[in-house]
Amino acid sequence: MQACYLGVDVGSVSTNLVVINNKGEILSSIYLRTHGQPIEAVKEGLRQLKKNLPATVTIAGAGTTGSGRTLAGAVIGADIVKNEITAHAIAARQEVPDVQTIIEIGGQDSKIIIMREGIVTDFAMNTVCAAGTGSFLDQQAARLKIPIESFGELAAKSTNPVRIAGRCTVFAESDMIHKQQMGHNTEDIVAGLCEALVRNYLNNIAKGKEILPPIVFQGGVAANRGIQAAFSKALQSEIIIPKHFGVMGALGVALLTRDYSKKHPQTKFKGFEVSEENFQASSFICNGCSNLCEIVNIKEDGNLIARWGSRCGKWDTLSE
Amino acid sequence: MIKVSFAHMGYSYLGFKQLVEDMGFEVVVPASPSPATLDKGVQYAPEFACIPFKTVLGTYVEVLERGANLIITSGGVGPCRAGLYGVLQEKILRDLGYNFEMVIFDPPLTGLWSFFTKLRKILKKAKVSWPAFIDALRRAWTKLKLLDELEQLSTSIRPYEIKRGETTRIFHRCLKIADKARSLKEIEDARQECRGLLLNVQRDPERRPLKIGIIGEIYVLLEPFMNLEIEKTLGEMGAITHRSIYLAQYAKTDVLAHGTEDVRQAAYPYLNKFLGGHGQNSVGETIIYAKNGFDGVVQISPFTCIPEMVAKSILPKVSRDFGIPVLCLNIDEQTGRAGIETRLEAFTDLLRQRREKMEAKRNASLLLRC
Repeated sequence: MQACYLGVDVGSVSTNLVVINNKGEILSSIYLRTHGQPIEAVKEGLRQLKKNLPATVTIAGAGTTGSGRTLAGAVIGADIVKNEITAHAIAARQEVPDVQTIIEIGGQDSKIIIMREGIVTDFAMNTVCAAGTGSFLDQQAARLKIPIESFGELAAKSTNPVRIAGRCTVFAESDMIHKQQMGHNTEDIVAGLCEALVRNYLNNIAKGKEILPPIVFQGGVAANRGIQAAFSKALQSEIIIPKHFGVMGALGVALLTRDYSKKHPQTKFKGFEVSEENFQASSFICNGCSNLCEIVNIKEDGNLIARWGSRCGKWDTLSE
Repeated sequence: MIKVSFAHMGYSYLGFKQLVEDMGFEVVVPASPSPATLDKGVQYAPEFACIPFKTVLGTYVEVLERGANLIITSGGVGPCRAGLYGVLQEKILRDLGYNFEMVIFDPPLTGLWSFFTKLRKILKKAKVSWPAFIDALRRAWTKLKLLDELEQLSTSIRPYEIKRGETTRIFHRCLKIADKARSLKEIEDARQECRGLLLNVQRDPERRPLKIGIIGEIYVLLEPFMNLEIEKTLGEMGAITHRSIYLAQYAKTDVLAHGTEDVRQAAYPYLNKFLGGHGQNSVGETIIYAKNGFDGVVQISPFTCIPEMVAKSILPKVSRDFGIPVLCLNIDEQTGRAGIETRLEAFTDLLRQRREKMEAKRNASLLLRC
């Protein structure tokens, strides 16, 4: 029997699940599209994981992270529910122990995490704009009829990237159309887009931050070599892409769960059978006062298992 | 019949409600802003006005719908746009067809005479003598001080609470008790009762909360709806918070005087100009929090707020020089709760790791000395 730990990262675009052993090595990892249905994605992930894992594996602890962490935590019975910033930092530290800067670009958000001597000292996340994240690249790749997987390859072929306005995704698109109409070739436009996104990232999220090597680049967008090259060029430094760049959040929360389990050996994890259960999410508006809070109920086979959303704490009694 | 109303800013409405009632007016108490309030404000406000403008405008629409016909508000002294907001809101509301009167009080130091005449006009309407008014004012002032005290007490108890949410529930009960107390004696009794209730919350004294200072623009700082209850959220994450602005203290230092001397002096090496709003304060207060041993500072500002934006660009340097982490949050109508919570949670993780490391270093150096 082998005690293992499960990490689940429910993001806006992808849902990732990772199982690690005691040494922190990944036994199995799953990358799925969330498709706006976080509960279904988690259940599907658990089903696939169960198939991949040898029968000797038992889950000794589970943790969730990502924007859907509270929901996923209620569904699977998580021991810890952690924000994705901390999770990403923990995972990067395991892969590159002396990391000082982490660039993370996911489906709808991008962040920078500054670490010194192994601890997070500063971080920032995109606030009012999502230009330059995975969703936008997806969209543009579709518009240019290039498979997103070969986006990076194509950018690497460019010898003369064109300058594209990267401040706003809509204007970036208009600018790209304009450049196409001017007769620039696709490689140069794609490479220009990569550079624009990197410029936007450095001017918005990374503004005022001290970027020191080693620099780790992770999140789904790290698969794009064009963006990696553009970062390398802009920062005049090597950009390290960890082996498991796509599932770093899940890995991080799995590592946190492992450490937590040492002190709290009793796990709340409900087992892989959860994937067969029926979950319903519903919401209602509380009319108790003028705040009109939206209260969310999560039911498992008709039993209320979690509820959140009230400002005064009236309905939160179940969230413990 | 004159029905008076005003903007809703944190729990101050209880103090203003009392003052207006004591003057003999009927009061239309503004409801705590809700998403519906904000929607109304957003609908009628210029897009690039900041979120306090939109929320307050939405509140005015609500109170006018409920029959208010006299709105009392504060003005300001540039360069922050808030100084013009009262006038602009009045114009927008008149264009919408509402019939009402608006009295805007600028800080008395900017024009004693105009302040005095406006006040006299209102007292005449209320048929209240000066001594009676001063008495009412004194009781309202005592009420505001009580509200400040209760808020501070609850934030320092919340991180220790064993049953999550209990402090918040008791605090809301205290607000009701405070609202009923009117004479100086009743207010003092209410104070004792509320303190007793709050101090009775079951606590775990073993916990070691973080200390976090909260700085920024006054409206988003004071109104829990605007800052998504940052103090409750941080409290439940295990941090004692202290705001740079509490109502009674602010009225004393910034409305009736030209700001706190030491805050300005602290800010001076980084920002030697008053730039309206709380820009200079934000810089100075961060330094003071650092000197008082706080673990970190959170700045909350409305999106497009110029004074806070200037401060934000200076804060990274202050943060490095004084070794205090600063998290900047921007609030507008698009701000989501999940995003703010994620950042606050990550920030408290950061502060906790940092504290552990600093303590480990200190302990190690003590060992070496032996």
